[in-house]
Amino acid sequence: MEAFKTLTSRAIPLPVENIDTDQIIPARFLKATDKKGFGDNLFRDWRYEKNGSENDSFILNSSKFRGSILVAGDNFGCGSSREHAAWALADYGFKVIISSFFADIFKGNALNNGMLPIQVSSGFLLSLINHIENNPTAELTINLEDQTLNTPVGTVDFDIDPYKKLCLINGYDDIDFLISKKDKIEAFENSLQ
Amino acid sequence: MGKTLFDKVWDSHVVDTIENGPQILYIDKHLIHEVTSPQAFNELRERNIPILRPDKVVATADHNTPTKNQHLPIKDALSRNQLRQLSENCEVNNITLYGLGHKYNGIVHVMAPELGITQPGMTIVCGDSHTSTHGAFGTIAFGIGTSQVAQVFASQCLLLKKPKSLRVSVNGKLKKGVLPKDVILYIISQIGTNAGTGYFCEYAGDVFENMSMEGRMTVCNMSIEMGARGGMIAPDQTTFDYVSGREFAPKGQELEDKIAHWKTLPSDADAVFDKEYHFDAADIEPMVTYGTNPGMGIKISGHIPKDNSDSFKKSLKYMGFSEGESLINKPINYVFIGSCTNSRIEDFRVVAEYIKGKQKASNVNALIVPGSQQVAQQIQEEGLSTIFENSGFELRQPGCSACLAMNDDKIPQGEYCVSTSNRNFEGRQGQGARTILASPLVAAATAIEGKIIDITKHLN
Ligand code: SF4
Repeated sequence: MEAFKTLTSRAIPLPVENIDTDQIIPARFLKATDKKGFGDNLFRDWRYEKNGSENDSFILNSSKFRGSILVAGDNFGCGSSREHAAWALADYGFKVIISSFFADIFKGNALNNGMLPIQVSSGFLLSLINHIENNPTAELTINLEDQTLNTPVGTVDFDIDPYKKLCLINGYDDIDFLISKKDKIEAFENSLQ
Repeated sequence: MGKTLFDKVWDSHVVDTIENGPQILYIDKHLIHEVTSPQAFNELRERNIPILRPDKVVATADHNTPTKNQHLPIKDALSRNQLRQLSENCEVNNITLYGLGHKYNGIVHVMAPELGITQPGMTIVCGDSHTSTHGAFGTIAFGIGTSQVAQVFASQCLLLKKPKSLRVSVNGKLKKGVLPKDVILYIISQIGTNAGTGYFCEYAGDVFENMSMEGRMTVCNMSIEMGARGGMIAPDQTTFDYVSGREFAPKGQELEDKIAHWKTLPSDADAVFDKEYHFDAADIEPMVTYGTNPGMGIKISGHIPKDNSDSFKKSLKYMGFSEGESLINKPINYVFIGSCTNSRIEDFRVVAEYIKGKQKASNVNALIVPGSQQVAQQIQEEGLSTIFENSGFELRQPGCSACLAMNDDKIPQGEYCVSTSNRNFEGRQGQGARTILASPLVAAATAIEGKIIDITKHLN
């Protein structure tokens, strides 16, 4: 996994609530057996018309907005547990998702793929989205070590599980950690007999 | 302070606790399927890590399988490849696979309970959010992402933070025509789609105590739709009777010892929950959803509420409904009876009983998809298949089917489908498809009438 320490980037606002993983990556694109290429179908049915042409009114198709930060409405990533949603966002180039609320499984999936979900208050989210919509070139800076999100509408602290923070900063994952605990796991199994 | 059912099962599976961090939770059973496992197998292979306990993994093919002509090679190359990889991965790693055509094949959350793989007090995970279904047995069961599938492969454990506890109690007597599906749709419509986020839910009260295991599975199945990672119901005699005698259930003295242990699992009387909700069974009526998340549900005789939020308006626009509208008499062309929420034998008995001697409306395509081969066989043995056929319903082979429309079973653009599945998200049943979630009874009645009817009036 790639390490994550700081990031400065423009951001893309997507002020829709309850964006479920079926919207992020529809089921018909889940037939691949590796992790690459899902970005092409990210938000597929919002991004493209039925005939395959781009839907001009969808924000990812607007040339005004760019960046590796997605600022999305409340309850982002609800629904299906498919990690393909996190892969699609990461493959498209997103490194940070900001919302006022994340669904549990999505949050874990994002972190397991080196993508940082940042939860902010709904008031802050609203003013941030407003600002970006009016100033598409505005930049945001994330410092994971300090757990701060710096934006033109203010700087806020964010929460992250200390263990997950360590993983992200060092670019290592749960598998490495769990394998290092093999003795404890075997001892536990023996205690079950 | 007493312990909850959840506490008891969780605490007995903690291998280690990391200071200021998550706990290492031991997993008793790991269920896998073709869609969320290949990348996990790849990951382990690339890192040269063996699967620690292949004997604790059970695989099935369900999400991406056809429901017609399962004996023939699969037409779609990508789907065929996904199934082939599952077979190869299972073979190389010594994992039991109930593949397409196997007598135990079926939707993962239908096949494991009916085989006795699911037992009280266990921890069960699967790369599928509706793993919560198994909580009906007093099991901690929840969906995981593919990275976590790889973690369990590598260590038979997961790194997790213990969730908070939530209890939803429903007491009283359910009205005629109110099914377990209505109970859970009602609960979600009342508390919303993220009331459960960060929590593990226990369902308590005499409504659940009096429910069959099938009904309890329907309820626990949809726990994820209120944001909870999972839902549980205390094991009792109904649970023990269901488990006893099943293929992989403990037998003889071992079973008796297990039952003695399972009896200690229910929450202590003085256990305290972080959050509680109470409902009265008498307030629950047959339900339908009108929007694009499972919390947007109303009594079938009710009217779509008003709400000024953009997401609400967007949702109604997608569905082609307006505020204040009633769904009664809405013409419906598609009915889907299946999915891990409602594809067990009990569900099909309800349908058969209602439609027996009646004909489906000519405008309706009515699809019946059993949850497993065993359910399919029972449908034949009990003569339900003849009833379905005589009424013009189409009986297919087992699988997830139109629940997520990964295979050919899709609802066309703009069409309404009354569906017994669990998700009414935009495009869930096919691009532009409009899903109305309901019980098998409401679905059956819709198919007969060709429109939504007030089932309560028909039953009285
Ligand atoms: S039936 Fe639907 S919800 Fe259930 S496992 Fe299959 S796809 Fe998931």
